[in-house]
Amino acid sequence: MKFALALLFALFCNLTPALAQENAPDALVRKVTDDVLTVVRQDKDIRSGNTRKAIDLVETKVLPYFNFQRMTALAVGRDWNKATPEQKTRLAEEFKTLLVRTYANALTSYKDQRIVYKPTRLQPDDSSVVVRTEVVQPGSQAVQLDYELAKQGDGWQVYDVRVAGVSLVTNYRDTFSQEVRSNGIDGLIALLGKRNKELQAGKS
Amino acid sequence: MGTQLRSRWSCLACAAALVALGGCATTANNPKDPFEGFNRAMFAVNEGLDVVIKPVAQGYDAAAPLPLKVVIGNFFGNIWDAWTAVNNVLQGKGQDAASDLGRVLINSTLGIGGAFDIAGEMGLEKHSEDFGQTLGKWGVADGPFFYWPLIGPRTTRDTFGWMVDVYVDPVWHLDDVALRNSLAATRYINLRASLLPSDKVVEEAAFDRYEYIRDAYLQHRRSEIFDGAQPHEVIVDEPAR
Repeated sequence: MKFALALLFALFCNLTPALAQENAPDALVRKVTDDVLTVVRQDKDIRSGNTRKAIDLVETKVLPYFNFQRMTALAVGRDWNKATPEQKTRLAEEFKTLLVRTYANALTSYKDQRIVYKPTRLQPDDSSVVVRTEVVQPGSQAVQLDYELAKQGDGWQVYDVRVAGVSLVTNYRDTFSQEVRSNGIDGLIALLGKRNKELQAGKS
Repeated sequence: MGTQLRSRWSCLACAAALVALGGCATTANNPKDPFEGFNRAMFAVNEGLDVVIKPVAQGYDAAAPLPLKVVIGNFFGNIWDAWTAVNNVLQGKGQDAASDLGRVLINSTLGIGGAFDIAGEMGLEKHSEDFGQTLGKWGVADGPFFYWPLIGPRTTRDTFGWMVDVYVDPVWHLDDVALRNSLAATRYINLRASLLPSDKVVEEAAFDRYEYIRDAYLQHRRSEIFDGAQPHEVIVDEPAR
C-alpha cells in the first residue's frame, strides 16, 4: 500500500511537469520532429527521393507550427515595410511554397541520423527562444539544427530554421533585396512565383 | 600581446586584400564580395570540375558500405582532432582542448589508429576548429570573399587559415608520395560524398547558386567562430510595425 502510494505520488510528480510542458517550445520541436521522422523511417518512397510525398508530409505535420508571415518578413528585411498587406500575403504564400520544398528535399536524404536535443533556456517572460538540436551521424561531425520560435498566444511558432548556423530564411536576404531594388515588391513576388512553378513542373 | 597579435594579423590580411585588389579590376556592388566577377568565373570552373568529381563521389557513396565510410570518416576526423586541440588552445578554450586531446589519445589507441570513435561513445564530444576560426576569434575580420578552384569558398582570412591548415596537415607531410596522394584523394572524395545530399536542396532552394552558397558559407563560418552562439543580428522583422 505504501509502495503503491509512493508510486502514485511519483507518477503524479512526473506527470505535472509533463502536462505543464506540453506547450513548451522544446517539447513542440521534439514532438514535430518525432512525428515527421517516424513517417520518414517507414516510408521508402520519401527516402528514395519522392519530393511530392515529402511535401505532403511537411504540409500536414510541420506547416501548422511555422509562422510564414514572420519568416517572410525576416527574409525580406527592411523592404517588408514597403509591402501592402495584400503583397505581404502573396509574398508569404510563395515563400512558404519554396521553403516547404526545401525542407522536404532535406527530408528525402534522411538515412539513419539520430536527433539529440540540447537543453533549452527559457525565462517565463521570454517571447522568443532558440531550441537547439543536433543531427548525429556516425563518421562525421554532428550538424547543428536550430529552431527559433516566437510566442503566439498560448503556443509557440517557428520563424527561423538554422542548419549548421545557416538560416534557411535570412540566406535569401541579399537576393531578395536586390530583386526589390530593381523590380520592386511585385518583382520579388513574380520571381518567387516563377521559381515555384518551374520546380513544380520539373521534378515533383 | 593579444592586441599586438591581432593587429599583426589584421595587417597581413589587409596586405593580402590590397595585393588581391591590385590584381583585378572589379565592379563592386556587394561590399563583402568585391571580386564577384573573378569568383563567379572560378565557381563556373568548379562546376566544370564537378562534372568529373561528382560521379566519382557518387560511385564511392554507392559502393562503399556504411561501416567503411564511417571508418574512413573517423580516420581523417582523428587526424583533424589533433589540430582542433591545438586551435582550441590558441583560442583559450582549455577544456575543449583537453577533451580533444583525450579524443586523439583514446581513438588512436583503443580506436585502432582512429578507425573507431570510442571517445565519442564515452561522451567526449567532437569539435571542429581550424586556423581560420582561430584568426576569427583573435579578431581578424573576414576580408573580401573568394571562390577558389577545387578548394571552394573562403574569405581572405580563411584562405590564410587554410594555408596554415594544409601546412601542418600530416597527410601532406608523408614521404611516400603514392600513399600521400591516395589519402588526400580519398579524403577529398569522402568530403564530396558527404555533401551529396545537400546538392538537391541547394539546387532547388537557390535562385542563384553562387550567391546562395556564398551567403551560406559566410553564415556558417560566423557560426563556427562563435561556436554556434553567434550574437543575434538586429533586424526589423516585426510584421506589425
